[in-house]
Amino acid sequence: MPDPMLQVAGLNAWYGESHILHGVDFEVNEGEVVTLLGRNGAGKTTTMKSVMGLVAKRTGSVKFKGQETVGLRSDLIARAGIALCPEERGIFASLNVTENLMLPPVVAPGGLTVAEIYELFPNLKERAGSQGTKLSGGEQQMLAIGRILRTGAKFLMLDEPTEGLAPVIVQQIGRTIREIKKRGFTVLLVEQNFRFAATVADRHYVMDHGVVIDMIPNAELEASMDKLHDYLGV
Amino acid sequence: MLSILGYNAGPLLAQSILGLINGAFYALLSLGLAVIFGLLNIINFAHGALYMLGAVVSWVLLNHLGLGYWPSLLLAPLIVGAFGIVLERLFISKLYKLDHLYGLLLTFGIALIVEGLARNEFGSSGMSYAVPEALRGATRLGFMIMPTYRLWVVVASFVTCIATWFVLEKTSLGATLRAATENAALVQAFGVNVPRLITLTYGAGVALAALAGVMAAPVYSVNPGMGSNVIIVVFAVVVIGGMGSILGSILTGFGLGLIEGFTKFVYPQGSGVVVFVLMVIVLLLRPAGLFGKAA
Repeated sequence: MPDPMLQVAGLNAWYGESHILHGVDFEVNEGEVVTLLGRNGAGKTTTMKSVMGLVAKRTGSVKFKGQETVGLRSDLIARAGIALCPEERGIFASLNVTENLMLPPVVAPGGLTVAEIYELFPNLKERAGSQGTKLSGGEQQMLAIGRILRTGAKFLMLDEPTEGLAPVIVQQIGRTIREIKKRGFTVLLVEQNFRFAATVADRHYVMDHGVVIDMIPNAELEASMDKLHDYLGV
Repeated sequence: MLSILGYNAGPLLAQSILGLINGAFYALLSLGLAVIFGLLNIINFAHGALYMLGAVVSWVLLNHLGLGYWPSLLLAPLIVGAFGIVLERLFISKLYKLDHLYGLLLTFGIALIVEGLARNEFGSSGMSYAVPEALRGATRLGFMIMPTYRLWVVVASFVTCIATWFVLEKTSLGATLRAATENAALVQAFGVNVPRLITLTYGAGVALAALAGVMAAPVYSVNPGMGSNVIIVVFAVVVIGGMGSILGSILTGFGLGLIEGFTKFVYPQGSGVVVFVLMVIVLLLRPAGLFGKAA
């Protein structure tokens, strides 16, 4: 078994004075799609931000391809090949669709071309000249995912990509995740909707109160429903 | 003779056009302030002092090194811009996490120190800087005769403003700058070295101020107080145009220069205060400025 692509151990993180993560442990292997499940406030988004270097203070270990990244600036973490699609999507109002798409610098060869991204998301092509925030919620999400596919980063973190979107768009995003997995990308996914997560993921980590409390392989998801309902309080 | 509101059109137009010269300096200076405020969230009170430094450096280059106006046009912005980069790295960068007010106080202090040192070195009286040979004399514009150097100032400033606008609005560097103005943390998480971008932006804004200083040297006398004279008006321009708006600061800069010139002809006593009267009216009616977006 090769070393995991991302190996998180004993990760603690703080926002100002509040201590959010209390020793998070999990791993993601190359080529996998792994989800972080958990209630609101469990620390899923903070985990992603901590991996990306976007929290004020973190301790513990986040190894990416064997390299320790705790203590690195977020631009250097991005240059190592990790890309984040944030929860609030982060589409820039002062940039048009094309400018938003071209904004993240290419960090490695092997990213999708603009033509391939338009093929995945034909809507974006039609709206290339529109202001980024004039797009619908679904189109903004496609733009947010599309622009990190261009960079050549092979480890993608998608924070609630289906939140608040119509079922047909959710399906399209599901197809996209399966497609990029086929192309060899590795995906860490935060999801509230575990039914959606089950259609794309290999494994699920369950978080609560700033720690990982369980790991469920996707094949055992059905059998673990009672446990999962208990964890998520649904 | 043609008349507008009972005034002779010729002299009125001529006086207004002369106002454009002041407007050219307002535009260049408020443009730099807008760029710096947009990305750094710092109200750069040192801007006037750095404009003065641009003029003083070109005077020194001429009188001590024998380098004339044309090399100065390039060298003085580079030298003063480099000085700005040092200021940003050593002092201003420490304040980004704090309230605007600290940046304002710090840059105000820097302005006082720079002006004090200049006064100590060069005295308070103005030093003259000759108009470069190629731009002496006057140019006939049809409706008026304008000193060639002043025409050059208006045109060169306008071209510089448009070029800056083009870089910010139409290039990928500009897109990155605009994005970083909106959400610097996310832009950095995409792999952009935002701290370096901020430093270079401050340097570029300062270089614009210094360029205005070089162009001002032959028009106004070079003296350590020249920055504090103009900067108050420039802040009024920025407030009227709207903090952080690029096109707004260019249009407002030239526009207010025109209005000042016009006032000088119609009601000379009012020309010194017209900008501030307008500022009060704009603040009352549109607190975010003519081109600013309400926060």
